[in-house]
Amino acid sequence: MKIIPASDSSLLVVFGNAISPALHERVIGLFHSFQAWHDPRIRNLHPGYASLLIDFDPLRLTHDELISVVQQLALARDSAAERRANVVTIPVCYDIEFGPDLLDVSQHTGLSLEEVVRLHSSPTYLVYFLGFSPGFVYLGGLPEALHTPRLATPRPSIAGGSVGIAGSQTGIYPVDSPGGWRLIGRTPLRMFDPEATPPTRLQPGDRMKFSPIDRANFEDMPQRDEARLA
Amino acid sequence: MTIRVLKPGFFTTVQDLGRYGYAHLGISPAGAADPLSFRIANLLVGNDENVPALEMTLLGATLEFEEKAIVALTGASCECNGSAQVPFNAAFDLPAGATLKCGSMTTGARCYLSVQGGFDIPLVMGSASTFVAGHFGGFKGRRLQSGDVLQVRQHGSFRVRSLRPGALDSLRAPRPLRVTKGSQQDWFGPEAFEKLFSSAYTVSEQSDRTGLRLKGEAVRPREQSELLTDGIPLGAIQVPQDGQPIILFVDQQTTGGYPKIANVIAADIHRVGQLRPRDEVRLVEVSIADAVQAMGERERWLREIFVS
Repeated sequence: MKIIPASDSSLLVVFGNAISPALHERVIGLFHSFQAWHDPRIRNLHPGYASLLIDFDPLRLTHDELISVVQQLALARDSAAERRANVVTIPVCYDIEFGPDLLDVSQHTGLSLEEVVRLHSSPTYLVYFLGFSPGFVYLGGLPEALHTPRLATPRPSIAGGSVGIAGSQTGIYPVDSPGGWRLIGRTPLRMFDPEATPPTRLQPGDRMKFSPIDRANFEDMPQRDEARLA
Repeated sequence: MTIRVLKPGFFTTVQDLGRYGYAHLGISPAGAADPLSFRIANLLVGNDENVPALEMTLLGATLEFEEKAIVALTGASCECNGSAQVPFNAAFDLPAGATLKCGSMTTGARCYLSVQGGFDIPLVMGSASTFVAGHFGGFKGRRLQSGDVLQVRQHGSFRVRSLRPGALDSLRAPRPLRVTKGSQQDWFGPEAFEKLFSSAYTVSEQSDRTGLRLKGEAVRPREQSELLTDGIPLGAIQVPQDGQPIILFVDQQTTGGYPKIANVIAADIHRVGQLRPRDEVRLVEVSIADAVQAMGERERWLREIFVS
């Protein structure tokens, strides 16, 4: 573990330099410990693949004080992780209208459309962290057979809820935005709602699965489903 | 009391001091780009410093006041109502039915308008700040448009304050932006820092609340390797492949994959908010300890500039 003063108001705790569930468990462990500590001098927590950035008020908590807190919390076992080991299911309609790049992905991977859908919806993915935009999840666990490069030219506008693949990554666009991921489907669930508590459907450290639904189910699903589908 | 937007200006939003505690969900703080001028604007009219106020950019807004109001303008100065009669950095009265027309800013990039009582804006995740890219916060999650009607809160008791003469002179003095070394400081050799600290950079036209692109001497890491995406502090200076530094600002992404060579100190963030396209920027390194001390001095200064 390496602790770097990233700025006069933040510390970066680096656990390693790889995308691995083992390193990530330590990131999430420390993240949960800080959440449980609930100290108003801590303003923001930014988990990454293998690091945690802690933004704090240096006029009320010194860098050295925070470093010793980090060292103590990093030793403690993360019991919160076990409590949160639920798997969130995200329904996805892999319809060609919602997944205009399904054929490209099928062609690139040499898999049939059915196999693309089956492979994409079979693993349990790990939510490494959220970033890029509100509610945007960085997922680990996309089967190698599905790896497909992103579009050469990004689309100017993508509907919120669209599910895509970019290289070894898969994810969901939470809100309408431009983007270059290959689109393979869409979820009817609202992934980000600023008025909801919590505002995002997925949290760092969650596990999640995509569950295929047909067009009729997609249309029937209420957009503002408050409950987390477990 | 209501205020009607007759003309929105170039880019006017409702802000407060930012939305904290949601970075792990990909939500950046947003908030006033020049938090110092924002706080002074509120304190002048007798508000708490974090009450919602307007941030106007480069070209101010034209506003119609339904009832009499006490307002203050701070930050970048602009000619108002076509004359220099409207005071800056001081609370003043507007009669019922008055129109306040804020023009082009002559110094700096952002002007703040506070109104006694504050704008009545619902809080989203604890803040009234507009996050335009996320379409939430502030007034309908967007910049103001002609015809928008803003409500003003009017309960409470307020004590108008005034600044000591020349109190803000020290803010005007041109000097380099102070920075500390950043998260990936190890990626850069002495020659990269030498370049960063000896060059004059120009603020690019492609600069906004998400970040300010600097044009000038390219800065490169010792070797081009892939950074695992990590968290971005406010004011981080990241170096993409082309070597042209970018100062990440209040509406920035919460995580990113470019190495961060340096970081603007908290006590100088307000100066980033006043940089205009084509302004020259120089950077100077200070220690973390000096940066924290400067932040403390800034807070003391803010308490001492008002006539007691």
